[in-house]
Amino acid sequence: MSSTTTAAKGVAARSAARTTPAGRLRAMARAELTLLGRSKGVLFTAMFVPLMMPFSARQAATGMDLDGTGLSIGTVVLPASIGFSLLFAVYSALVSVYASRREELVLKRLRTGEVRDLEILAGAAIPSVAIGLAQCVLLTVGCMALLDVGAPEAPLYAVLGLLVAFALWPVLAAVTASFSRSVESAQVAALPLVFVSFFASGTLIPLEVLPDNVAAVCRLMPLTPSIELIRGGWTGDMAATDALRALVIAVAWIVGGVFAVRRWFRWEPRR
Amino acid sequence: MTEQVIDVTGLRRSYAGGFEAVRGISFTVGRGELFALLGTNGAGKTSTLELLEGLAEPAGGAVRVLGHDPYQEREAVRPRIGVMLQEGGFPSELTVTETARMWAGCTSGARPVGEALEAVGLAGRGSVRVKQLSGGEKRRLDLAMALIGDPEVLFLDEPTTGLDAEGRRETWNLVRALRERGTTVLLTTHYLEEAEQLADRLAILHEGRIAATGTVADVVASQPSHISFELPEGYLPGDLPPLAQLGVSGHDMAGDRILLRTTELQRAATGLLVWAERAGVELRGLDVRAASLEEAFLRIAQDATRAAADRVSDGSGAGDGSHSTDKETVA
Repeated sequence: MSSTTTAAKGVAARSAARTTPAGRLRAMARAELTLLGRSKGVLFTAMFVPLMMPFSARQAATGMDLDGTGLSIGTVVLPASIGFSLLFAVYSALVSVYASRREELVLKRLRTGEVRDLEILAGAAIPSVAIGLAQCVLLTVGCMALLDVGAPEAPLYAVLGLLVAFALWPVLAAVTASFSRSVESAQVAALPLVFVSFFASGTLIPLEVLPDNVAAVCRLMPLTPSIELIRGGWTGDMAATDALRALVIAVAWIVGGVFAVRRWFRWEPRR
Repeated sequence: MTEQVIDVTGLRRSYAGGFEAVRGISFTVGRGELFALLGTNGAGKTSTLELLEGLAEPAGGAVRVLGHDPYQEREAVRPRIGVMLQEGGFPSELTVTETARMWAGCTSGARPVGEALEAVGLAGRGSVRVKQLSGGEKRRLDLAMALIGDPEVLFLDEPTTGLDAEGRRETWNLVRALRERGTTVLLTTHYLEEAEQLADRLAILHEGRIAATGTVADVVASQPSHISFELPEGYLPGDLPPLAQLGVSGHDMAGDRILLRTTELQRAATGLLVWAERAGVELRGLDVRAASLEEAFLRIAQDATRAAADRVSDGSGAGDGSHSTDKETVA
């Protein structure tokens, strides 16, 4: 093979075929999806845990006194199930993904190439976000069919609740991964936020059944705005001001999270 | 004048905790040139390279790669360079082909995956997971990915560390072929032979500074050649012909053994042998050695060790020494 023709071809191809953000994201997402399929632990947490949760959430809801809250078992269980999906399929899974890519120097290697920093994090998040979205659809359909939930009264709120959630949780996963030294410690580092979101974000215990001052604190937690918006979307009795407050809190978390990632995210292992 | 593809002036890099890994270095690399950064572990090779690759921001000084700041103007530089890190960087659970496909999707003007793997002799290993590759195969995969976009400038961080003799030679041939086609290459190595074999020019780094730079011949020429032998019984150094007239610039005694330093090896050796012939003495253990890169390298390390030892005996600089051993693992 003549080296000059290869060089010429290289130059021609280079000017012709600049990569695009979409193309780079596609290439990374494909690799990540392959890796997800090969990581049994992460796959189990992402696929099965959230889908098992509706059963336990339903048991909890059955024992609750929902009189006067305007809630039914369905409108308690559905947002809670979506919350679990966000916590396990998106957040916990991505904390592991970011930490293990960092420890294997994959993030550092990618940063030597054309991919932008944001694209590296986004590309790694695509499969998990897709699984989370698919679960949300599945859970919604399931709850509508089995728990008599009915169609949402204010679908816009529900959609907004999902949108902010899918923007926020990958960011929080990156923040969590920044503060852990290994894949194992990253999984432990993810636990506090998972527990807080379980008990203090309207998931297992709807804010409506909590004392007002406790509920006010819970509203500031990162998962709460999405849960409230989704629940409000179904019941239709969420005031516009409450929806706006939830959105503002969610956006504040996203902004804070993005700032934290830019400031503290580590692209290579600390050794 | 050849175009300067890499231009480094007064470059500095500090790590959190205050350790200064790169302490004001300057050099340029012209288009099509192969430049080697040579140094022991902890000399600052990788720290320097990462600044040139745009992975980190310098603490001081300036870097230009292809006329751009590689850190601030990443998008202008990256499509035109190829980088091979010192280790790893590919998910262990992906196969070789999957890895190459991902990397190709992120590289402008990428060659077909099969062709890229073929070039480094990995064509038959496409379906093997990265974690099952040998150390040498991993290095070759890394090289293939650095080359997949036909880069104008190639950064190689210890490209042959962990390779066996044959693998090393194959990599050298590949790098030489790239240079023939006009690729500018900057590589780090701690193998003297690698620098001697490949480099048009080199810089020897020591403790974050350039201790010597130039062509291999330049660097070697700055070092004296050596003649050593045992003094015949009953002879003193003063019995030898006047050393200055032989072109000897200095000498050391160790027991019976004398070592002469000279930059005019032929003249000094001739003078000495003629004297021995006439005096009828035998120079036991005669060793006449031309200056080499190895001598130059060892001498720089030795001088520095001596300087460090002086500092330690002063009671200062001890912390500095332990710090620099920590550092290479960080960088």
